[in-house]
Amino acid sequence: MFLKKYISDVFGAVRSLLKGMRLTGYYFTHRKEIITQQYPDNKEEMKLPERFRGEVVMLHDEKNEHACTGCTACELACPNGTIKIITKFDMTPEGKKKKALDTFIYHLELCTMCNLCIEACPTDAIKMAQNFEHSVYDRSELTKKLNKPGSKIREGVE
Amino acid sequence: MLSIENITHSIDAWLNSMFHPTVVLLVESLIVGICAISLFAVLGLVLVLMERKVSAYMQIRLGPNRVGPGGTLQTVADTLKLAMKEGLTPDGADKFLFNLAPFVVIIVAMLILAPVAFAKGTQIWDLNIGVLYISAVSSLSVIGILMAGWASNNKYSLLGAMRSGAQIVSYELSAGISVISIVVLTGSLRIQDIIASQQDGWWLFKGHIPALLSFVIFIIAVTAETNRAPFDLAEAESELTAGFHTEYSGMKFALFFLAEYVNIFIVCAIAATLYLGGWMPLHIGHWTGFNQVMDYIPSSLWFMGKTFFLIFVIMWFRWTFPRLRIDQLLNLEWKYLLPISMVNLLLMTLIAIEGWHF
Repeated sequence: MFLKKYISDVFGAVRSLLKGMRLTGYYFTHRKEIITQQYPDNKEEMKLPERFRGEVVMLHDEKNEHACTGCTACELACPNGTIKIITKFDMTPEGKKKKALDTFIYHLELCTMCNLCIEACPTDAIKMAQNFEHSVYDRSELTKKLNKPGSKIREGVE
Repeated sequence: MLSIENITHSIDAWLNSMFHPTVVLLVESLIVGICAISLFAVLGLVLVLMERKVSAYMQIRLGPNRVGPGGTLQTVADTLKLAMKEGLTPDGADKFLFNLAPFVVIIVAMLILAPVAFAKGTQIWDLNIGVLYISAVSSLSVIGILMAGWASNNKYSLLGAMRSGAQIVSYELSAGISVISIVVLTGSLRIQDIIASQQDGWWLFKGHIPALLSFVIFIIAVTAETNRAPFDLAEAESELTAGFHTEYSGMKFALFFLAEYVNIFIVCAIAATLYLGGWMPLHIGHWTGFNQVMDYIPSSLWFMGKTFFLIFVIMWFRWTFPRLRIDQLLNLEWKYLLPISMVNLLLMTLIAIEGWHF
């Protein structure tokens, strides 16, 4: 019984090691599998993976309208205080006061690209962009205002 | 015909016609020494580059590709950088031993080079106990490693060195038994005899399954002896920073690094000599036509090809397998490799006595 386990252990070990070597051997002989991007050289034709996360942006349509209601769900979801939302009160045509977004402040220097704010957003107003060339000469340039000047909330978004 | 054998013989004849025999001996020793040192330097550069490229391709990367065409000068640049760095000796270190250790390691590596047959008739020293000499000298390198670990006055260095000691002492056994199983077949310890006995086929094929088993065990054991992954506990970057050479910098570090790669080359050369026929071309039984075609390939190319193939296999191990824990490492040796290789040696002896091998 002991000997049977001993021998099956040896064979199992050899088989699993050979399985691993087969995979690395496959990679060694198949250069098309190489995923390295030669970054500064291929700036034009560089293709990033779909799920690559570079920074948070707010989507604006051609009428300079966004979908942000100023609900601060993203601000609450952010684990390290990257987002600060300043709200204001708009007057609706019926004369009622309505909460709306004034300024969406985004601290890129604090952001870890964890995607929690995008998942928290009920109206899909923000998303992750793929731009990753963020170097600037002054730290203050990394604090961004995401809603464009003069933009307002799209009709029908609650 | 131009071959290394003819070149060495004509140099020898020319020197003998010009000078007194004692002078000839001195000059020839000097030439051999220079050749060995330059071989070391070239091997270091080539093997480090090969390791980086192989590892890159196995990890779906590109590897060094900026310095020189295709990154071929990367290791030259690295060596220049290391040569220009300061060789720092820590304050609390035992200065004499600390500075001696890298030289001990590299000199041991140089000593094992002596009985290796590089091509037909090209061998520094064909002594009649070649294989025994190799296994005796190769176990000396642990002294250099222990010296480095102890003299560094650093707990990581000492731990790495102690692990290395335990490892080399245990794996010497199964490496030695694997070597003996080939010695049983050939009946000689001399390297030239072992190569000559493989004229009509390599031992790996002639010795049936026991030869294959002892070849596998030998490769595993020498991987452990050279402190390569998956047995690189002595260095274990994740636990011991760099093990016994944590405190070394500059050229002294480069010597350790060089010794590691030269040791790999040497153990692969020995494995090629014992199991794959050294410089002997691939001969299959009585196929004279096929054998003659194989004879046209120079013997040095055969030797280098086999050695570099084995080096590639050992690199393949390194970039595939995860590192073993110290208890797993010793389990593998004492519970698996040693019993298996002992039974294997008995089988091999039976084969040799009964003459079942081809």
